[in-house]
Amino acid sequence: MSHFLAMGGYARYLWPSYGLTLLAVVLNIVWARRLLARAKRDARHRIEMQAGRQ
Amino acid sequence: MTWTWFHRLGSPPYIYRLAGRLTPWFGWCAAILLVAALYDGLFVAPPDYQQGDGVRIMYVHVPCAWMSLMVYTTMAVAAATGLIWRIKVAHAVAASCAPIGATFTAVALITGSLWGKPMWGTYWVWDPRLTSELLLLFLYLGYMGLRSAFDDLQRADRASAVLAIVGVVNVPIVHFSVLWWNSLHQAPSVMHFGKPTMELSMLIPLLTALLGFTLYFAAVLLVRVRAEVLRRERAASWISEVVRP
Repeated sequence: MSHFLAMGGYARYLWPSYGLTLLAVVLNIVWARRLLARAKRDARHRIEMQAGRQ
Repeated sequence: MTWTWFHRLGSPPYIYRLAGRLTPWFGWCAAILLVAALYDGLFVAPPDYQQGDGVRIMYVHVPCAWMSLMVYTTMAVAAATGLIWRIKVAHAVAASCAPIGATFTAVALITGSLWGKPMWGTYWVWDPRLTSELLLLFLYLGYMGLRSAFDDLQRADRASAVLAIVGVVNVPIVHFSVLWWNSLHQAPSVMHFGKPTMELSMLIPLLTALLGFTLYFAAVLLVRVRAEVLRRERAASWISEVVRP
């Protein structure tokens, strides 16, 4: 296991690369989903406001 | 040939529903491919005869670099479509591309620099490939900055579309920079004419990752496009059908 983690001496370059890529992958999913959730909430809110006015 | 499919793709409610249906397919296919590529790249693929295990950085660096160029090209094509045919959905697609492309361009630069240190002895050189990729990041950031500078959405769409289209000249420059100029960066070994100059055992995890990241981009883009379409179609009556509480 420690042999694997050492990555032939490249661990300090390799694992940050993988970690950062994973972070970018996860963050883009979170940001996109949050954006959609907010857009839906705003749209719902607008519809309720319009219904309230009528 | 009929153009109905083209007109339907320009219809916000159609796109909203289609994107919602397609997202899980793209997302799950991407997840499977990316996990497979990760396993293959870290455990199965052999160490390089020169770079040892350091070569495994390639399996994240190259897909991120591919994303940076592919997303920009998508953004420019969408922006041009929006500008020429005045399709609002196309502008929504272009606007949704930019933050995704910007993150992966930044990650491509940083992982490249982490790969460069042990192999070239330096984190950074003002090399044509590295410099043009940095310019690509600035193009993304400039595009996003320009959009946010306008209050009027239509003007933001049109102005940023022009920037996206003009900036697309940088895409072939990034790709061919390693061939046109003397560069420290290695020449392409997958995306070039003729046979790839790479061992199959290394090519398979790389191609799996490239396909996985492409599908991942499609999934994230579709989620963003839905949000963007909802935000734009403020008054449309179809929205009350799709977001009913």
